[in-house]
Amino acid sequence: MRKLEAAIEWALFLCALLSIGTTAGIIAVLAVETFNFLREVPITDFLFGTEWTPLFATPRFGVLPLVIGTLLVSSIAMIVALPMGLLSAIYLSEYAVPRTRRAIKPVLEVLAGVPTVVYGYFALLFVTPLLQRFIPDLAGFNALGPGIVMGIMILPLVSSLSEDAMQGVPRGLREGSYALGATKMQTSLKVVVPAAFSGITAAFILAVSRAIGETMIVAIAAGQQPRLTLSPLVPIETMTAYIVQVSMGDTPQGTLEYRTIFAVGTLLFLGTFVLNLVSAWLRERYREEYG
Amino acid sequence: MKDLLFRVIALAVLCLALVALAALIWDVLYDGAGRLSWEFIRGYPSRRAANAGIWHALTGSVFVILVTAALAVPVGVAAAIYLEEYGTRSVMARLIEINITNLAAVPSIIYGLLGLGLFVRTLGLGRSVMAGGATLALLVLPVVILSTREALRAVPKSLREGSYALGATKWQTIWFQVLPVAMPGILTGLILALSRAIGETAPLITIGAVTFVTFAPDSVWSTFTVLPIQIFNWVSRPQVEFQANAAAAIIVLLVLLLTLNAGAIWLRDRFQKKGQA
Repeated sequence: MRKLEAAIEWALFLCALLSIGTTAGIIAVLAVETFNFLREVPITDFLFGTEWTPLFATPRFGVLPLVIGTLLVSSIAMIVALPMGLLSAIYLSEYAVPRTRRAIKPVLEVLAGVPTVVYGYFALLFVTPLLQRFIPDLAGFNALGPGIVMGIMILPLVSSLSEDAMQGVPRGLREGSYALGATKMQTSLKVVVPAAFSGITAAFILAVSRAIGETMIVAIAAGQQPRLTLSPLVPIETMTAYIVQVSMGDTPQGTLEYRTIFAVGTLLFLGTFVLNLVSAWLRERYREEYG
Repeated sequence: MKDLLFRVIALAVLCLALVALAALIWDVLYDGAGRLSWEFIRGYPSRRAANAGIWHALTGSVFVILVTAALAVPVGVAAAIYLEEYGTRSVMARLIEINITNLAAVPSIIYGLLGLGLFVRTLGLGRSVMAGGATLALLVLPVVILSTREALRAVPKSLREGSYALGATKWQTIWFQVLPVAMPGILTGLILALSRAIGETAPLITIGAVTFVTFAPDSVWSTFTVLPIQIFNWVSRPQVEFQANAAAAIIVLLVLLLTLNAGAIWLRDRFQKKGQA
């Protein structure tokens, strides 16, 4: 009996350990192919080169256009998602009566559950044509449309995590503020938001990480032209969209072109990994403050 | 006065989110509802948009999700039981916990690269349903573990103590007392995790799921395509007729997801009512 109990615990432990195995697997796969890639392309050319043409006859492997493209779209997404997410979180946490909350939260949940390929369709065939009415210079593929749609996609994440952080602020702080004659808005903006600041920052950072890793919206609607530009009106390519582009083609395995997707993947993984760690650390700190 | 203005702005922002969702649904329905028919659902890919259908992609999605569920559910629930009921205090358990939180935020396309390197090449599974299902299983595992832990945590401690007092062992307590009570909560989490997997596109493209499969898969070793990849394929073409096909396929995908989510909500409500009683 006792042996069986021990065996069960051991089996359960192995299942939990698989998650460590997944992380190890990701790192191993990325590291091996990136190592092979960097044996042929100097790391300085890769990181600081300004031209990305790995599929051309004279290939160039400068990843900067992809990195800038990724940051451009993510920035647009954050410009949409941060203020909107924060405002809706303040409303849901500080203003809304339970009935309103119950009505609004499912809408945000549905927004979070829509597959990204559907958002891509929406960005390419609805939002971009709509924007073109106001901005005639906007190309059919661009960073603006997908950026805005990505912001809408990330909004529920920002909103719900920020709301959680605000709910964690002790009631006493609010009551103290009211006792001093502050209005609800003053209390929300000058007491609750600052008190929940590390929790809200954690939400923002996680949202940035999510935007950087988002794939289908940009693969569909941003075009596939690696271009070193800060203009949101022309076609660009992100790191994720490049990986999709190569995967869709028939680049033979084991070639240098094929290894580029792992090299780009490594960069993507490292970037999001650091952001996720910072976000987790901030959340932990927040919990300590009010736990 | 300022207070009221602030309140109105905040509410307007929320309404904007609602409008975006309405616009999305309206747009897809407007573009695609006309293409929707039984022939479209039972049809196979075709060079001519009017003849093309989604049967191959729909069955592909079902195959992949069944493999994903078969792999991710037992492992994920077991891992959650370990972390919640057994090893909560050890350093190793803490490390695994941090790792899972981190994995949940890794971009899905990275899982695609892992699947490509590990399942397709190293393990030689090829571009099969098996490789796709296994890749998605790793992707949803953190979600399954996190939601199962939450369901287990909601089970009152007194239930476990009562069981121990009657002389039950730890595993007997978990199997006969804790799991049945936590089951609706666990199922809700599983459905939500799997519905996320149904909508995933990027990792399956990365492992090389083919877009021009002209037949439905007949085993887990077949090559395959899934509904989101078929949508991506159609939306990438310049012809309006194919884009209408994409919209129609999106409607099918959304109806599928909505059905699953409705099931999850129904389970959650039942669970909450039971908890109050």
